[in-house]
Formats: sequence, structure tokens, C-alpha cells
Amino acid sequence: MISLATTTRTVLRGRKLPRSLIGGGLILVISLVMAIWPTLFAPYDPNLFDYNALLAPPSWDHPFGTDSFGRDVLSRVIHAYTIDMQIAIFATVGPFVIGTLVGAFIGYVGGFWEALFGRLVDATVTFPFLVLVIAIVSVLGPGLGNMYVAVGIVGWVFYARLVASEIKVQKRLDYADAGRVMGYTPMRIVFRHLLPNAITPAIVYWMTDMALAILLGSSLGYLGLGAQPPAAEWGVQIADGKNFMNTAWWISVFPGVAIVLTGLGFSLAGDGVAELLRVRR
Amino acid sequence: MTASTAQTTMSDGTKGLVVRGLTTTFDTTRGLAIAAADVDFDVAPGEVVGLVGESGSGKSVTLRSIMRLIREPGKVSGRVEWGGRDLVAMPAEELRKVRGGEIAMIFQEPMTALNPVLPIGVQIEENLKAHTGLTGSQRRARALELMNIVGIPAAERRLDEYPHQFSGGMRQRAMIAIALACSPKLLLADEPTTALDVTIQDQILKLLLDLRDRLAMSVVLVTHDLGVVAATCDRMAVMYAGRIVETGTVAEVFARPHHPYTRGLLGSVPRSGHSRTMLQSIDGTPPSLTALPQGCAFHPRCSFATEICRTDRPPLDLIGAGRRVACHHHEEVAAAEPIL
Repeated sequence: MISLATTTRTVLRGRKLPRSLIGGGLILVISLVMAIWPTLFAPYDPNLFDYNALLAPPSWDHPFGTDSFGRDVLSRVIHAYTIDMQIAIFATVGPFVIGTLVGAFIGYVGGFWEALFGRLVDATVTFPFLVLVIAIVSVLGPGLGNMYVAVGIVGWVFYARLVASEIKVQKRLDYADAGRVMGYTPMRIVFRHLLPNAITPAIVYWMTDMALAILLGSSLGYLGLGAQPPAAEWGVQIADGKNFMNTAWWISVFPGVAIVLTGLGFSLAGDGVAELLRVRR
Repeated sequence: MTASTAQTTMSDGTKGLVVRGLTTTFDTTRGLAIAAADVDFDVAPGEVVGLVGESGSGKSVTLRSIMRLIREPGKVSGRVEWGGRDLVAMPAEELRKVRGGEIAMIFQEPMTALNPVLPIGVQIEENLKAHTGLTGSQRRARALELMNIVGIPAAERRLDEYPHQFSGGMRQRAMIAIALACSPKLLLADEPTTALDVTIQDQILKLLLDLRDRLAMSVVLVTHDLGVVAATCDRMAVMYAGRIVETGTVAEVFARPHHPYTRGLLGSVPRSGHSRTMLQSIDGTPPSLTALPQGCAFHPRCSFATEICRTDRPPLDLIGAGRRVACHHHEEVAAAEPIL
């Protein structure tokens, strides 16, 4: 990822970070720390049943209350960071990398491959994203691993489309011709010269996509197609609490807040990155 | 050209660039556009040849066709011989060695011709990486040397700077440094000074001439500026509507233009040391490349035109040593009152 590093170096040169990036970044850093070392923050074992405190409302002992098995909701929300941050990253890295590579190829080569890809995009966007993913997961079987596969199968198309259209613009600019005239190989022109100039929208989209991935992950968890109970995962927790919404709102609400907060972090960071990269143009 | 002469050119490699019958067409929705037709010219080693004409006369297309930069739907035919090999028919692998290694090209707009996200030094090293086996530190040293050759001050520091931190003139110098990294034998310059102001323009042209002498390199300079041609070129070729209409040494062409279009171009340049007169312009506009007139493409704008000009296209005839013109009435034109 030399090209990515170069891009970052170029952009950061003597410029202040946008506030949205600082705010979003802060949320994400905290989220990541909780994801990596949840035991440092969680007061209890997330799977410990406490039959003396079933459906206990928020208190000093259990700040977020307990669920129907007496499990501490705060501990479960914190431990869920591990799975949900993992979803945000694993469900998007594959599509980002594959989509970028395929998009670079399609954008540069054009012609038949571009036409073929165009039809593939049409076919993909015809279905709502969630429906398509659910369909694939139900074929492969529920679980996190299969969810990543399903999101990967569908998601790369969007990255590829973004990168391809940017590469198509870049390859017609003088510096691309200059590279050709200098006798560089097509590989070198695409990956060393065009891609660093073309990847910005894909990076911005990637940040936003991580927020969407968390929503998707918890949606599938809620539907029983993603992370499986008793795993601590926000979607699973919300599903756990849905029967007790009237009597024990805290079971569902706190994981919901965590989803919103983390999603906000990714969105802000995405906005910040977009702003940071836009100034260069 | 026979096989034996091809052999000789390959062995001595002194023949420079030989362009024969280079034709570039674009299939457009409005019909076939003939951007360059039957272009013939030679560039001897160490020679600076100017390619002059209005916008759309085919000068840039000719240059790009030589370098095989024409993309679909453009089609290129003819021969471009370089060291006994035909660039037009050359396989991509071999072409890559010639491009950048033996023939380099610089562009009109240095900002867009430089990669905005790579430091200048890295861009120079890219060329060295592609064509030489130098190690990282050797490449760095060579890049520094090149920056000094093209006259970029504080070269050491500027190697790590990005194109947007360079001024227009410095960008063009950097572009030249990249192009010259592997000591090419031929430099194709596509209006290298058009985007620069006049003082910088002069510096860049001086630099190019200086480099030509130092590196024993040939230059093809595309420009619409006759002043630039007069100041820098040994020989010139005037293009109109995709064809070369007149060639010769700069001195000869300026002294006695044989083509009415050349005459018109020269007449439209302001000059000092004369009594003040109206500048002459050429009436009309260049023809559309998809609908070229019958006969001589220039006849609708030509004051010398007669019946034959409307029906027959004049061939590019040899009228002296290295002097060619495509006009039925070139003797009349040459005999007319001097325009410069």
C-alpha cells in the first residue's frame, strides 16, 4: 500500500485536520480500544448469569441494568465492541481491496470488460443490498463467516464502480500519457500513478461503508443470521430485549445507543477524510 | 527502403527519425476526420525541427502518432522509422524500451503532465527505474544531477516537493528533467512553452537548445508561435489541415515562403524595425477535418487560387535541397512582394 501512504503524506502536508475527523477519530479510537481489551472496561463477565438480579433496572451495581438471564448489559455492550468492530472492518476490507483492484482493471482496460461489468452493476443494484445479503446468507447458512462472504460477494461491485469511473477520468489526463511515453508498463501506470489519484472516493466510501456494515451486522444478528447467541453482539442483544421492551427497555436501548455512536464515529471520520482529501483538488 | 539500407541505419543509428506517409484518422459520428495525412519528414541527429500550424492543423496529432499515443477510435498508418525499426508496427514490449529510453516527450501543460501525488524526485526516479538498473541511491543521485542540469535551484530540497509547490516554469523544467532522465536521443516537445509567460518561455527554449548541444539530442518542437521557431529551429515544416504544405530550413522559409499559407502566417506576425503597417490576417477559418475541400485544402482562403486548386490537390514537391512545397503556384507566391 505504498500508494496509499504517499497519498496520505501528500494530503497531510501542512494542513489542519478537519474537526469531524478529530471527533470521529476519537470515537473510533475509543471503540477500538474497547474492542481489543474489553475486559479492562467491563465490570462483569458478559455471559455470567446472576439469578438474583433478573431484568434489574440501571443501578450503581449494573449501570445499564441486566437482561432476562441477569447478565450485565454494560459488560455485554462493551464486549460486543469486539465483534461489531470486527464486522465493520472484516465486512468492508475484502470489498474495498477486491473492488479497487477490479475497478482499476476495468477502468483502464475499458471496452468489453467495462460493458460486462456495467451489466453486473445493473444486476446488483436491482436488488436491495440487505435482501441480496440475506439471500446469500440463507444459502450459505447463518454465522459471521458466511456473512462476510455474502457482503463481499455483493459489496465489491460498489467500490469497483467508484474506482473504475475515477480511473477512466485519470487515464485520459496528460500525466497518464506522460507515463506511457516514458515507457512505463500498464501495471505501473495503473497502480503507481493512476490509482493514488483515483482512490480518494473509494476511501471515503469505505469509511461510510464501515458504519453501514455495523448496521448490517447488527441487523443480521437481530434476524439470527449473523452473530449467534449467546455471543455479545448489539443486534443479538436488541433481539434479546425485544420481548421486554415495555418492562426492561435498557436491554435493547443501550446496545442501540452503542450502534448509533459507533456509526456516528465512522460517518464523521468519513466526512473528515473526504474534506481532507477534497482540498487538494 | 530496402533491407540492406535498413541494416545500415540500424548499425550506425545516425539516421534519426524518418516519418513516411503517417496518416491518422478518427472515425467520428460526423464522418471520418483526417487529422494527419501523408505526413513525411526527417529529423537528423542533433537537429531541431519545428512543426508549425494553427490549432487543429495536425501538429500535435502527428507528434502523438509518432509516440503511439492515439487512442480509439483513432487509427494510425504509415511508417515511423527510428534506428531502422518501425515504431508504428513495433510490439508493445519493444516500444516501451524506446519510449522514455530513446525518445522522450514533453507536454504543453506541465501541471497536468506531472503526477500530482508523487514528489518530483520520485517521478524522475520512476523513469530511471523503468529503463536502467540503477540502485536506489544511484537513482537519487542521478535525479539530483538532472534537477541541476535543467536549472532548478535548491535541487536537493525540491526533489521531495510536489508539483503543486512548483511554479509554471519550474514545472516545465521538472518535466524536462523527467523526460531526459535516460538521455534520450530524440525529444518531442508538444508546445512546451505555450502555457508559460514570455520571459519563462525564453528560458525554457534556451534550456532546450543548451540540452540539445550537451546531449547531442534531436528535438521536434510543435508550436504555433513563429517567433519560437525562428529563435530555436534549424528546419521547419508548416502544416495545414493535417498535411505538411511546406518544409525547408528556417532561414529559407522565412526569407522566401513558397506556400501562400506560410506567407499568410509570416504576414500575421508583428515585427519591429519597419514602418507601422496593418497586420495581415488570413481570411476565413481552417476547414473542418471531416469535410475537407476538394483539391487544395487551402484554396478557399487563398488569394493565389485558380481552377486547378479547386480540383487537384498539389503534391509536396521537391523544389530545392531539402525544400518542399505543396502548391500549384509556388513560383508566383515566392515571386510576390516579400512579406517579411
